Amino acid sequence: MNHLGFKIDKVKIGSFDFTCCEGCQLQLANKESTLPAFLGLLDIRNFREISSERHDDYDIALVEGSITRSDEVERLKAIRAQAKVLIAFGTCACFGGVNNLKNKIPQDEAVKVVYGDKKVETMPSMKISDIVSVDLMIPGCPVSKAEVERIVVGVVTRSPNNLPKYPVCVDCKQKLNTCLFDLGEVCLGPVTKAGCDAVCPTGKTPCLGCRGPSDDMNFPSFIQIVKEKNLSLDEMQEKLAFYNGFADYLDHES
Amino acid sequence: MIYKVISKTEFSKFIDALVKHNNAYGPQKVDTGTGGKPIYQFMPVKSADEIDFDYSVTHSSAKHFFLPFRDDLSRFTFEDGNWEQEVRYEAPPLILIGLRPCDISAINMLDEVMLHGPYPSPYYLARRKNTFIIGMDHLPLPDCFCKSMNRHTVNHGFNLFCSDIGDKYYLSINSSKAYSFLKEFMIEEPSYEDNCLLIERRKTIKHSFETNIEVTGLPVFLDIEFDSPIWQKWGDKCLSCGSCAMVCPTCYCYSVEERFDVDLKGSSRQNHLYSCNLLDFAQVAGGHNFRPRNGDRLKYRYYHHYRGFAANDNQQICVGCNRCGRACLADINPKDVINDLRLERESCMICVSPSPDRT
Ligand code: SF4
Ligand code: SF4
Ligand code: SF4
Ligand code: SF4
Ligand code: SF4
Repeated sequence: MNHLGFKIDKVKIGSFDFTCCEGCQLQLANKESTLPAFLGLLDIRNFREISSERHDDYDIALVEGSITRSDEVERLKAIRAQAKVLIAFGTCACFGGVNNLKNKIPQDEAVKVVYGDKKVETMPSMKISDIVSVDLMIPGCPVSKAEVERIVVGVVTRSPNNLPKYPVCVDCKQKLNTCLFDLGEVCLGPVTKAGCDAVCPTGKTPCLGCRGPSDDMNFPSFIQIVKEKNLSLDEMQEKLAFYNGFADYLDHES
Repeated sequence: MIYKVISKTEFSKFIDALVKHNNAYGPQKVDTGTGGKPIYQFMPVKSADEIDFDYSVTHSSAKHFFLPFRDDLSRFTFEDGNWEQEVRYEAPPLILIGLRPCDISAINMLDEVMLHGPYPSPYYLARRKNTFIIGMDHLPLPDCFCKSMNRHTVNHGFNLFCSDIGDKYYLSINSSKAYSFLKEFMIEEPSYEDNCLLIERRKTIKHSFETNIEVTGLPVFLDIEFDSPIWQKWGDKCLSCGSCAMVCPTCYCYSVEERFDVDLKGSSRQNHLYSCNLLDFAQVAGGHNFRPRNGDRLKYRYYHHYRGFAANDNQQICVGCNRCGRACLADINPKDVINDLRLERESCMICVSPSPDRT
């Protein structure tokens, strides 16, 4: 490919799923209007949602899901060894995601609830960076296809492509939404990284922080606000714990 | 300016005719907040009965009709190793109904910044020229302080302004376009009584303000208070969420982003309304951030509004609508911040010499 006289290489990409719903990978096959153009930027080496071919010479690895079994640890390490750039793809990969809810109860109990008496190997859910180094995080449950497109285009054209540093409220206000705090609810928008176009508050459901903390967010002030508005701190804690994106802050509190 | 009166029922017919075939926005109740408080926004309307004429104020201002939150500045197309740029300024006609005096004053200030500086914005000009503004007066909310900023009345910047004098609106007609529309409807010369009612109405509005901020000498005062610890005190509360700037009718800070099309055959240069409160607003190439602390960022928002920039002749650009205060979850609002600064200075114990008498 050639772009304005610069030679442009397609991205040799592999996509790998671990413990998750595969919703994030599925997002990549979405947005039909730009799908052919998007695929045109990629040299897909390994991606079971899109192609049946399997090669192990990818540069960029998209890693989806969290790690909950010992064989997953080994597979992940092999991917890390191959990839030049490893991207934690989606909330499960970045923070542990919904899977981390099971860490709150004994593991055999979790197995029993889901699988009954069947023997299943499992361990507490871990995010990707608990095991290998991660070069880039694309959070979201699921990821935003538009954001992934921007990042891939940025990689291909070697132009800067940063996730927003500011919180969800900016986008929410730009959509003229009624603030959910004004409707008596706790919303994690003020402490959560923007980039999802504030989809949840736009649909009148509070942000649960699937994109993790915004840069340098003001956690003490946020707690103070929830208290001063006489809203439930338990509800706040529950929301903060939902995707495990705020684990560092919650540990800090207790 | 031409003055007329119109009955409210006739006014409704006029608005109906106006909005039916045009791209029009008016105040609408979009939600009911906790405690039963109605929440209004400027929303698209197709008939008069979709408009809440007796609304209080909208949560967000009318700024984004002139400065969209995200706006294409230009489009680029790439072909055969070459590129072409396309810039479009045209804006479709727009009717805005029910703007408050503070809203219109804010647009007049944006005019100063966007049109009368060294680099007038053709994007802004196109929208401004093609927008028909109908203003309406109202009784202030308890936290409105536009009177302190001397923005509770407005005498230009609109096509038509309506003062509520009971069964009628007292109309100030400020454009030939507005007059020629109105001529088709039953409008009358104001009677002696109408004039009295208008004066009464203005008096009532003027005396209904519950929030006042002392702004005389504020620019100098702010210069003195540049290093005050008060800024970090409020900054510690600030979430750096930008809500204040998004709803503010005069905040115009923006960032420019280049966005490639996914097929790499084109790109657009976009203007994105930003806020000086956001973490990376003052971050430059190489990663250095001139204002890493939220107290500093908050301070600069206040300095821009109350001390002024050379770009707008050091004019204060706050109209006193308190939208920022209402939107702020941390309850940071101009009244409390400015009073806090004044209080700190006035209770300063370092200087023991008595203040000179007021003359
Ligand atoms: S982040 Fe959400 S959408 Fe993506 S894999 Fe995990 S659960 Fe599914
Ligand atoms: S609803 Fe949530 S995201 Fe939106 S402004 Fe309120 S706190 Fe912020
Ligand atoms: S609003 Fe919050 S929970 Fe919803 S998608 Fe965005 S970051 Fe995730
Ligand atoms: S700074 Fe606040 S009070 Fe002043 S114009 Fe902006 S939103 Fe209104
Ligand atoms: S002053 Fe309030 S609304 Fe503005 S950025 Fe800070 S917390 Fe957000």
